[in-house]
Amino acid sequence: MRTLNRTQIQRFSGIILSLLFLMPLGGRTIYVGETQVVKSIKAGIQTAKPGDTVLVEGGLYKEGNLIINKSIALIGKNQPVLDGENQYEIITLSGKNICVSGFKFLNSGASAMNDFASIKCIDATSVLVSDNIIVNAYFAIHISNTIDAQVKNNIIEGHSKSEQNTGNGIHLWKCNHAMIVGNQISGHRDGIYFEFVTESQIQNNYSTKNIRYGLHFMFSHNDFYSHNDFKNNGAGVAVMYSHNVQMENNTFEDNWGASAYGILLKDISDSKIQANYFIRNTVGIHMEGSSRMVVEKNKFQDNGWALKVQASCNDNQFQFNNFTGNTFDVATNGTMMLNTFTSNYWDKYEGYDLNKDSYGDIPYHPVSMYAMIVEENPVCLILLRSILISILDKAEKAIPSITPENLVDEKPKMIPNRI
Amino acid sequence: MFKLSKYILYDIIRNKVILAYTGFLLLVSLLLFNLEENSSKAILSLLNIQLITIPLISMIFSTIHYYNSYEFIEMLLAQPISRTKVLFCEYLSTGISLVLALLIGMGIPVLLYSSGETGFTLILTGIGLTLACTSLAYWAAVKSRDKARGIGIVLLLWFYFALIYDGIVMMLLFTFSDYPLEKFTLVLTAFNPIDLARVSIMLKMDVSALMGYTGALYKDFFGSSTGIFFTGGIMLLWILLPLYLAMRSFGKKDL
Repeated sequence: MRTLNRTQIQRFSGIILSLLFLMPLGGRTIYVGETQVVKSIKAGIQTAKPGDTVLVEGGLYKEGNLIINKSIALIGKNQPVLDGENQYEIITLSGKNICVSGFKFLNSGASAMNDFASIKCIDATSVLVSDNIIVNAYFAIHISNTIDAQVKNNIIEGHSKSEQNTGNGIHLWKCNHAMIVGNQISGHRDGIYFEFVTESQIQNNYSTKNIRYGLHFMFSHNDFYSHNDFKNNGAGVAVMYSHNVQMENNTFEDNWGASAYGILLKDISDSKIQANYFIRNTVGIHMEGSSRMVVEKNKFQDNGWALKVQASCNDNQFQFNNFTGNTFDVATNGTMMLNTFTSNYWDKYEGYDLNKDSYGDIPYHPVSMYAMIVEENPVCLILLRSILISILDKAEKAIPSITPENLVDEKPKMIPNRI
Repeated sequence: MFKLSKYILYDIIRNKVILAYTGFLLLVSLLLFNLEENSSKAILSLLNIQLITIPLISMIFSTIHYYNSYEFIEMLLAQPISRTKVLFCEYLSTGISLVLALLIGMGIPVLLYSSGETGFTLILTGIGLTLACTSLAYWAAVKSRDKARGIGIVLLLWFYFALIYDGIVMMLLFTFSDYPLEKFTLVLTAFNPIDLARVSIMLKMDVSALMGYTGALYKDFFGSSTGIFFTGGIMLLWILLPLYLAMRSFGKKDL
């Protein structure tokens, strides 16, 4: 991670230099607007030479598809509106050192054949898309085969109700060294979508009310996401088929539904989930086929299931987490358990601490018998909180028979871990 | 009728069992709210008390009260008062005293510490449960002349509703697990007042879990206004039907 960060910082400072200093000094500024000589953005882009800035004044522009393929900065002053009239892709760009900033994009076209986007970026290097407002788009920002793309502080708002009629908010395909920072995304299929994206960062984004996932990761390795808030998405967050992903200080909340998860982990390895906050999700973390993960210092609060660890997971470590107010702490689907739990705080723990070392003296089995029953026969959820169930659970705790014996926290904490 | 109920109520309050019950509920509720670090955990423990203690006390107390005031009832029936009226007054006073005990013992602590939707549902279903159990107890008591037998039947009823019924439900759910049982389980809850109370509170307490799998269906049903009418209606039926049967059998009975 350290080397990755360093290269990213270098790239980042590189782009800042090129955009903020080189362009205004080295290049001209072309003003576009009703009162200016150049009336249309298209003409402005055409006359611009590499290194120039095209400054667009406030107003409404309906110019169809704008193509940028040279190193220019397209900057909106007073948030000019670019209307795609529900049929055009608004901006298509490729090349290097390109900046698009300060616009409001409306109604870009939708198509089942092409992935129309408000801003599409293909085969580019060092691109900055920032401070835009994108409303009612199919794909909002679509970036593919690009090195060093930066997407910052954009507000993206979709209005679609069904998964088929909308694309993703921020879509990245086959990129590396991307930075997605400070965006607000709502109402799209996936809030942020990563496929084949490596060495990238996702930070301080707020992704909510998306139809499918708040964040969707596929085949994206060595990525880092932190301080994001994923709230009330159709299915939460999914991280699949990736390795070495760091997830820190994120909040996953109110992801409710039959297949909604705080995080869905599928075939993930060598990754770290640290200091996240999972609150009121149907399932906090659902894990399958994952190995060598470290899950530590997270808070799980008021979830239906805090953790669902399928028997296909191995060598994962769950440590120093706090589990409070969850209906079920841990559920699993088999009797085999190859993961370790240690030093977690469980509010359902009923043990004692005679030697006062702040660890409970008897081990805690976080999987209740009822959790196994519900896993096998979900309809039994109707018996939740029944007296019969609590008696069965107590009996099972005394003489374990169907709960996995080695799924156990040998050193449960007596008081919550400080996180 | 009002006068009669008043005298019976005075009599019940004077015999101190109800006072002890109130004191017990009050003590336990206050202790739970003060000991547990968050009020939702206390509510959870209160739910367990509600599902075990309230039906048990209501049933046993009502039965014993009925047998103890048997001579008083006989005396009253020598006066020009109809039989159904006498029994109804007895039922009303028992019910009111038990509900009052619940409101003071559990209602006040809940109001003080956790006056949310969950707490409100807890108290409301507690009242329904108290009245339904009292009504069941009256029916069982009227049906059997012998005191020991009456209490035995009531205990068995309590055991059935609190434990055995859920066991049967679980067995059914596993036996027929190949079939879609979601709607069927909804019907099953209607046949047990304790389950009905439990499910109503659970829907307020475990929303996150209930949104998974089939839970969403329960949430949709019980959370909707039809669901609330269904729960309320069935609970009312559990109160009125045994009472009606008790009164009918009391009317025909050879005293």
